[in-house]
Amino acid sequence: MLTKIMKKAPGPPALGRWSGRRARQIKLTLLVLPFVCLVLLFHYVPLLGWVYAFVDYAPGLALSQMNFAGLKYFEYLFSGISDFPIVIRNTLMLSLLKIASMAAPVLLAILISQVRSARYGKFIQTASSIPNFISWVLIYAIFFIFFSSEGGMLNRALAFFGGGETVNLLGNEDIAWGMQTAISIWKQAGWDAIIYMAAIAGIDQALYDAAAVDGAGELRKVMHVTIPGILPTFFVLFLMAVANILSNGFEQYYVFQNPMVIDRLEVFDTYIYRMGIINSQYSYATAMGMFKSIISIALLTAANTVSKKVRGESIF
Amino acid sequence: MIRNKTGAVSRGIIYVFLFLLAVVWIYPLYFVVINSFSAAEEVTKGVYFFPPGVTLENFAYVFQTPLILTGIWVSVARTVVGTVLNLLFCGFIGYMVTVKDLPMRKWIYRMIVATMYFTSGLIPWYVLMVRLELKNNFLLYVLPGAVSAFYVVLIKTYVESLPPSLEESAALDGAGTLTVFFKIILPVCKPVLACVAVFGAVWQWNAWSDNMFLVTDANLQTLQYLLYRMMQSSSMSEAITGKVRIEPMAVRLTMTCITVMPILLVYPFMQRFFVKGIMLGSVKG
Repeated sequence: MLTKIMKKAPGPPALGRWSGRRARQIKLTLLVLPFVCLVLLFHYVPLLGWVYAFVDYAPGLALSQMNFAGLKYFEYLFSGISDFPIVIRNTLMLSLLKIASMAAPVLLAILISQVRSARYGKFIQTASSIPNFISWVLIYAIFFIFFSSEGGMLNRALAFFGGGETVNLLGNEDIAWGMQTAISIWKQAGWDAIIYMAAIAGIDQALYDAAAVDGAGELRKVMHVTIPGILPTFFVLFLMAVANILSNGFEQYYVFQNPMVIDRLEVFDTYIYRMGIINSQYSYATAMGMFKSIISIALLTAANTVSKKVRGESIF
Repeated sequence: MIRNKTGAVSRGIIYVFLFLLAVVWIYPLYFVVINSFSAAEEVTKGVYFFPPGVTLENFAYVFQTPLILTGIWVSVARTVVGTVLNLLFCGFIGYMVTVKDLPMRKWIYRMIVATMYFTSGLIPWYVLMVRLELKNNFLLYVLPGAVSAFYVVLIKTYVESLPPSLEESAALDGAGTLTVFFKIILPVCKPVLACVAVFGAVWQWNAWSDNMFLVTDANLQTLQYLLYRMMQSSSMSEAITGKVRIEPMAVRLTMTCITVMPILLVYPFMQRFFVKGIMLGSVKG
């Protein structure tokens, strides 16, 4: 079959070449059209919904029947009487902690690169990257099983060894930010390390040999060859993390929220859900989402400009 | 000589340290699995290293619950249908934007790639889904994500790396666009389609927030979201499993085990596809 198709046909027919081409263009356009419509429908049409931020939205009404609200909802957002200050504090703190913890996968990748046995290295990589492919619900379930105050394994073990007090790591507001950072390192560091491993694999072996000739030990090879070698990868991931500073994810913080820690774990994405869908304050939640989207796009553009200046190459 | 010795010692320390880290990653998953296979009274005492005996009684109990069986069925269905749609739709459009005769193909590609970098936010999306009657509709799980920019980028980059003579000769032979796509492009794209399939399947299996936002129908609940609700309260696990005959923790452990099992079984063998996918994705076309 394939050989028959691959055999070259004798030249294109000269007659009607243009009309044939036009017909082919129309046919191709028609074939692509449904998929283009799908993308427009699910990604571009929702942008029109930003108009809800400027009216008093009520479900079931036509847009023309809703009251024009002007900038009312944006004014409320920044008025200081809204929850905005708390939400932005939590969002920024958790994002900054996440950026600070970007050192963990770099360290892990360097340690794995020191492993000489290929099988052991592979084992460590697989073990460390599995949690990245598990849903946040499952991560929550696992941490709940271990750390819950009602029958969690940690408390059973403490009770067994005679500890009187119940420890509640998931319901303690003072350590909530630290716990969430630790949990996201547990979930993501292994997979990020694999990305750095690929960068390390791309480093020219001759650089290591040259360093060895100069009398460099393992530590100095890491400092002077490995780290400069993975810096570009780190830089890209760092810029992406900065661009995503306001959208640090709905799922993680939503599943770990409870009345004890909500003041520390309410971030933009969870707050928009609670205000918009649970409390039906559609317009206010849309205004907040719009604010978040615009800042994110601005940050992304800025990150890209920085990347072009520093590396002479854009991130995307 | 001395340097070699210190080198060996520090390497030894690294090996041990990495092993301890691996335990931190693996042990919680191991713990869930061994407890699910232990008798309920053993679970109450806590099984930490080796199960004292293997029993399926927790699973038998959980599988008697209609809601959980429905959940497994819904999760499997969305994973299979969603992944197949990803492969067909992203494969087709990823190929089409490389076809020279397609008008405005560069703009179509850019329009798709741009969706990776902006979002309208939850509320406008939610309102649109309601308007499109996707609330309490299985299509909500599979249709909005069917054309995904990341997969289109992967496939388009791969198709462009193929020798152009492959499809040109077929086209000259009179083969139509769809014939070329199904008979030539899809078969030679197997390596990149494997990447898309593993990413798509894992994403679908793990998804639950769309379920929480828009699906209240008891017959359309995903396994992930049922697990979340069971974790939320013991009364909820009673509501889901009927009267509690065994300890809630044993039920929760078993549900967790069932939900995590597909990933544990598949990931070690599929890891190379994930790595390849992320590497292909970082080389942008």
